[in-house]
Amino acid sequence: MTSLYDEVQAAPAAGVEVRRITVNVNGTDRTVDVEPRLLLAHLLRQALQLTGTHSGCDTSGCGACTVLMDGRPVKSCTVLAVQANGREVETVEGLATASELHPIQEGFKEEHGLQCGFCTPGMMLSAKALLERNPDPTEDEVRWALSGNLCRCTGYQNIVKSVLWAAKKMREQNQEA
Amino acid sequence: MYPSRFSYDAPTSVEEVIAILDQNGGEAKVLAGGQSLIPMLKLRFASPARVVDINGIPGLEYHRLDPDGTLRIGALCRHEDLEFSKLLGNFPTLAQASSLVADPIVRTRGTFVGSLCHADPQGDWSATMIALGGKIIAQGPNGRREIEARDFVLGPFVNALAFNEVAVEAIVPPAKGKALGGYLKLERRVGDFATASVAIALDVDGDIVTRAGCALAGVGGRTIDANDAISVLVGKSLTAESIKEAAEAVAAAAEPRTDHRGSGSYKRHIVETFVTRILSNIANSEQKAA
Ligand SMILES: Cc1cc2nc3c(=O)[nH]c(=O)nc-3n(C[C@H](O)[C@H](O)[C@H](O)COP(=O)(O)OP(=O)(O)OC[C@H]3O[C@@H](n4cnc5c(N)ncnc54)[C@H](O)[C@@H]3O)c2cc1C
Ligand code: FES
Ligand code: FES
Repeated sequence: MTSLYDEVQAAPAAGVEVRRITVNVNGTDRTVDVEPRLLLAHLLRQALQLTGTHSGCDTSGCGACTVLMDGRPVKSCTVLAVQANGREVETVEGLATASELHPIQEGFKEEHGLQCGFCTPGMMLSAKALLERNPDPTEDEVRWALSGNLCRCTGYQNIVKSVLWAAKKMREQNQEA
Repeated sequence: MYPSRFSYDAPTSVEEVIAILDQNGGEAKVLAGGQSLIPMLKLRFASPARVVDINGIPGLEYHRLDPDGTLRIGALCRHEDLEFSKLLGNFPTLAQASSLVADPIVRTRGTFVGSLCHADPQGDWSATMIALGGKIIAQGPNGRREIEARDFVLGPFVNALAFNEVAVEAIVPPAKGKALGGYLKLERRVGDFATASVAIALDVDGDIVTRAGCALAGVGGRTIDANDAISVLVGKSLTAESIKEAAEAVAAAAEPRTDHRGSGSYKRHIVETFVTRILSNIANSEQKAA
């Protein structure tokens, strides 16, 4: 598969330089030929049809497009797809299993952490990165970790509660395990 | 939005990067954290023929202290490495700025050295480096040279590197005596650039200031070097009078313009307030410690 602007096609047009990259997306290796200028957000959304990664501002300012690259949150509109070559990328589609929501998703459901839901995938991935480093964050630490993700609906209160809910649930699960 | 077409290289050594830059005579751009360059490519403010990605070069992520206390920051040290660092105890100016640069997601990618190279008049790190009397090590076809931070930023988005040079390291000298300092930034919201910000770094012997450094972001067409202005503190202790004198001198050195972030006189007032606040905080905590 070749992913160019603005189409996904079998082969590149004449004279267009492409690079073969292999990116592990949500646990599966995906090999795609991309133009170097292709953004990671567009690789995910267009070539791989993973539209859970939202494109909000497209100017690096809102965090809606946040995904994890090797475990750290990045704005996928501000990373080239070629830069993900050989790395692990996790998107919101990677959170739930076939039968179960991720505790962070459950938290957003329980605490009403979303209204329109546009910011939610980015929020959840920033939250996941936080909880991996800090399983028991204070409210302030949650606010700090999410401060690069904008929400135009909720006023953030319930988002923070959702993440604290998930943190608690994940700690309990770890204790049982 | 997407960038115009470019060729892409991902070399694995600094020498290769330099060779590519040299062969392309100014048509190639280094890609570090990409948090300024990629937005510029998307807006097509920049449309280089080649992009040379340095992220695959091993061994540039470090920041470390030499035995004499000199801090060395490699070209791929990210903003967040400094935010979470345990090595900045003697560099309060850097420690305080580290969580105010951009937002937490940008900080996972953006680099300290890339930020210096970008030479944004509103960039936070350039201000801290000028206040601290830091240096940048540039490497080119003829080897390495050191550039003083105050000579590195030439103008808005213009640095002192030749087209075939890479900035490989930033160096911050240790304080002679006790290192005191601070960084204050006024921003409209998290992740915004500075409306006005002040970086101050002092070397203090007993209670006498032996070196004073200061630089400002957001209040001029480039990072404002206010080292001369704050030198009124040298040889003095921090008192209400010396603090007032320094705050007035530094505010006079600002060159703020009126824009959507505020009027020029407002920004100058913020500078004066921040200088007073940083120095008063230092004076108060020193008094408590004594
Ligand atoms: C939403 C947002 C908010 C931001 N807010 C702030 C803020 O509040 N304060 C602030 O200071 N910055 C802010 N930034 C900018 C951010 O700090 C960038 O990370 C930084 O300016 C550039 O560093 P980089 O590593 O990302 O460089 P890149 O974007 O990769 O490069 C920037 C420029 O420097 C050159 N360059 C980079 N590294 C080298 C090198 N080693 N040798 C030679 N040339 C090099 C590149 O060719 C390019 O011209 C913000 C960015 C975003 C997207
Ligand atoms: S869409 Fe990437 S930061 Fe807004
Ligand atoms: S829920 Fe609508 S933007 Fe956050």
